[in-house]
Amino acid sequence: MTNSPDPTSPASDSHTTTDAAADAGTYDRILEPRSANRLPLGDGVWHQISRKYVTVQLISTGALLALVLAAALVLWLVTGLWWPWAAAGVFVVILGWTLVILPRQARAYGYQLRTDDLVFRRGILWQRMVAVPYGRMQLVDITHGPLDRGFGIAQLKLVTAAATTGVTIPGLGQEAAERLRDTLIAVAETRRTGL
Amino acid sequence: MTDAGGPSTGSGATAGVTRSPLSDGEWHRLHPLTPVLRGGLFLLVVIGIVVTNLRDRILGWFVPGFAEWQQFEGGDPVDYVWENNLWLLAGLAVLAVLIVLLVVFWLLWRFHTFRITGDDVEVRSGVLFRTHRRAPLDRVQGVNLTRPMIARLLGAAKLEVVGAGLDANVKLEYLSTANAEAVRADILRLASGRQLAEARAAQESGRPLSRATVDAVAAGLTGLIDGVDPATEEPAYVVTIPPGRLIASHLLTSSTIWLLALIAAVVVGSIVGTPWVLVTIVPTVLGFGAYWFRSITRSLRYSIAPTSAGVRITFGLTTTVTETLPPGRVHAVEIHQPLLWRRFGWWGIRVNRLSGRSGADSQSLQLAEVLPVGARDDVERVLRLLLPGISAEDWAALVEHGLLGTGKTAGDPFTTTPRRARWLRPLSWRRNGLLLTPGALLLRRGRLKRELVILPLARLQSVRIAQGPIDRALRVANLTGHTVLGPVSGGIGIIDRDDALAAWQATEDAALAAAAADRSHRWDEAAR
Repeated sequence: MTNSPDPTSPASDSHTTTDAAADAGTYDRILEPRSANRLPLGDGVWHQISRKYVTVQLISTGALLALVLAAALVLWLVTGLWWPWAAAGVFVVILGWTLVILPRQARAYGYQLRTDDLVFRRGILWQRMVAVPYGRMQLVDITHGPLDRGFGIAQLKLVTAAATTGVTIPGLGQEAAERLRDTLIAVAETRRTGL
Repeated sequence: MTDAGGPSTGSGATAGVTRSPLSDGEWHRLHPLTPVLRGGLFLLVVIGIVVTNLRDRILGWFVPGFAEWQQFEGGDPVDYVWENNLWLLAGLAVLAVLIVLLVVFWLLWRFHTFRITGDDVEVRSGVLFRTHRRAPLDRVQGVNLTRPMIARLLGAAKLEVVGAGLDANVKLEYLSTANAEAVRADILRLASGRQLAEARAAQESGRPLSRATVDAVAAGLTGLIDGVDPATEEPAYVVTIPPGRLIASHLLTSSTIWLLALIAAVVVGSIVGTPWVLVTIVPTVLGFGAYWFRSITRSLRYSIAPTSAGVRITFGLTTTVTETLPPGRVHAVEIHQPLLWRRFGWWGIRVNRLSGRSGADSQSLQLAEVLPVGARDDVERVLRLLLPGISAEDWAALVEHGLLGTGKTAGDPFTTTPRRARWLRPLSWRRNGLLLTPGALLLRRGRLKRELVILPLARLQSVRIAQGPIDRALRVANLTGHTVLGPVSGGIGIIDRDDALAAWQATEDAALAAAAADRSHRWDEAAR
């Protein structure tokens, strides 16, 4: 299947041009579980996500936290009931935990562009690795909210015919995301197969 | 091959290319009775509304003395018409409405056209809001021919070209049965990429309509009694299910056990507490009865047969569904055996396929049941149709280890759950395992309810390996093959980490190779 290396092939340019754009401002080491029984990284170049992702997530989660607390406070002041605090407490615990693990989680995201497929990994406590053949890609989505745009990051989603594939790479630098999208589409075109 | 015998003058019988006149690349209309069949429900609703509103009046006409007893208000429109002698006007108004309706129906029918070219099937409909749907033939996932009771009596059938996606089907409703079958054959032949020259010539002779209608009704009645779809190429059915076995298999499910448990609980409750609890049995039994009746009548008269264009499955007592599944459209196969079926040696087969319907559609589950119940021989025959290329020794190994294997026998090729993690699969840990064969990934699961999942590598979308904290402590991992949405899940848990990693990489490599070699989207092209 593999054609002779053409200019769009990630195998040929992942070491030259893309690397600089893809790895600008990203983490440099994937965080792994300490246990020796973990799923190993294997070889190959892992690209990681931008450090700004954590900032954006901290801001949005923090804002949500503040909103929940404010809502509970208003309810308590208006009605004088205590139960809004119980409901808010549950939220605060969940959101607080999210905030605590966020920086670690962000460093566990990684993707690898191999000759014929993309490998995506995430998670420390729950490690997941997905391998998606380029030819299986149906479309590539890039989304960025207002906050993302402010910090210059974007989220790239890869859609196959299987809904469960679930490869969503958050926090890519905007330029990196667009380059990755173009590369993926070009590569998918040369390796197109049936469903 | 764009329109070799396409929009030329006259009928589609251009030099050597013989396809049925309906797929000559020109626009064609549907069956003239389509508005009646499709609008039947609408008409019933209208009649229902009229009847409810005039209930008292109609009762008054038929039950003498009722009208005197009932007091009508002065503003009643029927009274007004009656008193002012406006019958003629009222009759004209009704007539006008009827004519308008007829014209609308006629227009809708006029504007509802379809066209089959060498590459696409297209449908145009609507008068004010035009819709135009075009589906490429090389993405056709199957063709379903549905014949509801009423339509069958009138000799009509619904044709549904299954596309890949949610609500991606192209529906041709209704066509006359003969036309529907001709169109189905054409679509499948065009989709297969084979040359059209070898196709048969099917010319409809121009008989008078009344005669044709009488014939159609007669044929419909015969079909109702005989029950077999008059196929164009009479295929040899390889598997049929005796009705007795089908009914028994539906009764021998876990829902029956629940029903019995419920009845027992109610009886105990009536003895201990109040006897009034017994009353609840009636609706429960009625509900279960209706459920069974529906599911049994749906799958009665099941048969499966190979045709040149793929596997043909027919089922249904009143509404007959004939679906044709071209090769390479099966994304996952599951052979399963509930505990209660084991005594009889019955198995069922389910598949994941693109049905082009939304997941909530009740029929999409029905279409996934490729073999509702069958003996081991039936399973073999159906599997050979769905996944051709299984050799005899492959099959023997599949039965010995895949279906019946407990994992205790020597020479079991499956990679199973390691002993140290057996408490995570307390009953099935010896059986729970995976095996990568040249064409497919096999997953073997369950001790009480046996399951064997076959994931054809050429259809695998992606492969995932995952590990949670407990898995990590036990040095195991979980592997999942992702396929299109369906009832079959492609996951296997608690496999030794190194084995799982090796299987993950090997499966991905094999899937890449298989996808590169796969040509089934134009499955007959290689033959020409």
